[in-house]
Amino acid sequence: MSFRVSDESGATVNDRAPTDGGGFDISRAWADERVRGVIFQIAMVLGLVAVAVFIVLNTIANYEEAGLSFGYGFLFDTANFDINQRLAEYASTSTYGRALSVGALNTILVAAMGVAAATLIGFVTGVLRLSNNFLVSRIVAVWVEFTRNVPVLLQIIFWWLFMLALPKVRQSLSIGDTVFLNNRGARLPSPILEDGSAIVLATVLAGVVATVAVRLWAKKRQDATGRIFPVGWAGLGLIVGLPLAVYFILGQPLTFDLPVQKRFNLQGGFSITPELVALWLALSTYTGAFISEIVRSGILAVSKGQTEAAGALGLRRGQTMRLIVLPQALRVIVPPMTSQYLNLTKNSSLAVAIGYQDIVSVGDTILNQSGQAIEVISIYMAFYLALSVITSTYMNWYNKRIALVER
Amino acid sequence: MTDRAFHRSRAQMLPERPAPIISVGVIGWVRTNLFSSWLSVTLTLVSLALLALVVPPFFDWTFFEATYAGASGKDCTGAGACWAWFDQRIDQFVYGFYPAEEYWRPNLAVILLVPAVGYLLFANLPYARYGRWFSLAYPVIAAILLVGGFGLEVVRTDQFGGFVLNLIAGITGIVLSLPIGVLLALGRRSRMPIVRMFSVGFIEFIRGVPLITLLFVAIILLPIFLPREVSLDQLIRVMVIITLFASAYMAEVIRGGLQAIPQGQYEAGQAMALGYWQSMRLIVLPQALKISIPGIVNTFIGLFKDTTLVIIIGLFDILGQARLLQTNQDWLGKVDYETFLLAALFFFVICFGMSRYSINLEKRLDTTGR
Repeated sequence: MSFRVSDESGATVNDRAPTDGGGFDISRAWADERVRGVIFQIAMVLGLVAVAVFIVLNTIANYEEAGLSFGYGFLFDTANFDINQRLAEYASTSTYGRALSVGALNTILVAAMGVAAATLIGFVTGVLRLSNNFLVSRIVAVWVEFTRNVPVLLQIIFWWLFMLALPKVRQSLSIGDTVFLNNRGARLPSPILEDGSAIVLATVLAGVVATVAVRLWAKKRQDATGRIFPVGWAGLGLIVGLPLAVYFILGQPLTFDLPVQKRFNLQGGFSITPELVALWLALSTYTGAFISEIVRSGILAVSKGQTEAAGALGLRRGQTMRLIVLPQALRVIVPPMTSQYLNLTKNSSLAVAIGYQDIVSVGDTILNQSGQAIEVISIYMAFYLALSVITSTYMNWYNKRIALVER
Repeated sequence: MTDRAFHRSRAQMLPERPAPIISVGVIGWVRTNLFSSWLSVTLTLVSLALLALVVPPFFDWTFFEATYAGASGKDCTGAGACWAWFDQRIDQFVYGFYPAEEYWRPNLAVILLVPAVGYLLFANLPYARYGRWFSLAYPVIAAILLVGGFGLEVVRTDQFGGFVLNLIAGITGIVLSLPIGVLLALGRRSRMPIVRMFSVGFIEFIRGVPLITLLFVAIILLPIFLPREVSLDQLIRVMVIITLFASAYMAEVIRGGLQAIPQGQYEAGQAMALGYWQSMRLIVLPQALKISIPGIVNTFIGLFKDTTLVIIIGLFDILGQARLLQTNQDWLGKVDYETFLLAALFFFVICFGMSRYSINLEKRLDTTGR
């Protein structure tokens, strides 16, 4: 005889099925939450399997009727369409699989550009909105609220129409004669790597490694002696100064091919399409407005006593921000920021509305040409799910690293 | 020393002197808020320059130099905006291709939404007993009003469009996703492994992929998944997908609310010998939903903006109407920014209003005493 009134599952003794022999009683068994749970789950599995079988049978029938065969073999067929914005080799004679991977690279390209710009915009505007300056904080507030509350698709198409309404190539707008803007997109200087440029790049890498080493050493020394070493300046010297010195010693092996305005068109440099510029502008400002709010609330979440304590210790304003406020604010900022990065990546799929050839847009063309709907859409989903998992794994790791260490 | 101090002391307090003129009033406000430091002075000057550069041209373009009358884009020759289309197209922007003599039906459906939501949220309204029933019946009433039948002229769903389509898709999504979201959130915290796995899988899958790929599923894959004889209305398919999409996000919001309820509340339910559903319905969910309201409103704002995605699969919501006019031969190249400005304004008013409301609510519900 047990005197426990309830177990973990919350079932009371009274309605538990008898376990000490005796006849099996259906009504008493039904009163046991665990029995009901098992029955319910079996029913659920059966239901899901039934739905799956139903879908598979219909799909087989419908594919047969359309004269299609299920499988990913079509990825090796010739694509027969062009992709004008690309990071990898591609021609219209390439395969569908190649086209999809070029599209995937385009998605990653615009997402990476967007994340970088949105973070910058978000942090700058988030801090500006907290400014003591009335005008600045109000202007930023109006911008943030307007950008946040208008659909991103509208903004993407707006920027696209804006790019297309820019002057023709012959009247390109130029920014300091290095960047040109016209209705065919933007033209930027492209780097030309000559012999010895690899050495410069290697020096940059070496500078990064050396800075990390200096930082570790400086921290150890500060822990032991309390003396502070200016890691920031040393890092600047190692990462920027040293490669610059090497660059000039080797006779400037890295030059830039500047675009030049010719009579009918622009020559030199490399160009990016108006679609990419529009998508990038729209995504980075839209997400930037959300990040701005996250940064603002993160900084506000750090109690004022922390700033005052830092002041009492004699830290300067910059040090207070860098050593006291930001590390604590980051703990609040990072988790919602992760989901903003993921949102930006997912929103980049709206590229299909303006014809930027990302994975969805390329896939849509393939789907219309080959009719392999399930396969193409499954590739989309696998791609985005993989990006989600990778991003959130990295951000969870980062979040854990900066989390509060509690005793 | 002590002597002198003694002689210098006064018998009465001196009257308070007014604060120096430069630290109070308009001058004081300007000094502290605009010119408190060199950085602030620079920022103020830059802001003023920016405002001078943007604001007057914007108003000139939008109002003072705009063209208000004309039959087509050719009449818009001024330097400002072209609003000549406004009179003939505004109805289409709001109602899509809904028959003009039936406009009262969507209007009434939107007006009736106010009491329907009101009775759901607030317990102390007059006639609350009947009000609840009205809230429950509202979706059916609204559907009959919009689609027709029962003596009303039937309106085909492909005639739906404009801002009303955004409203219908958004409101349906949020209303239907709430119960599904509650079930998914409970499922994710369930002790039954298969239920939990299903809930987690569903939520994470939906949240991991863009809405547009799910809309492709609705439009392209659903006909493949179903027998050939079955043909579902396109609008219904889209609504189903939007609802499922919203319910995954809703589930996470509600899960947050459930996690904030102390364990003691669950145990109290058990101590009262309440079953699982009873204790959820009577004890846990009312508290969890209450603290989730700001999150639910935010989900709604996001979903509402996302309803514009329907233009990609060929429905003409307000954004679709704007694109339709932009690509119209008569107006080509003349109304790009004007139509978008109007559409943006529609969304801004609703979304900004709701976000203010949710911030307000968050403050009222915040009982932590800070």
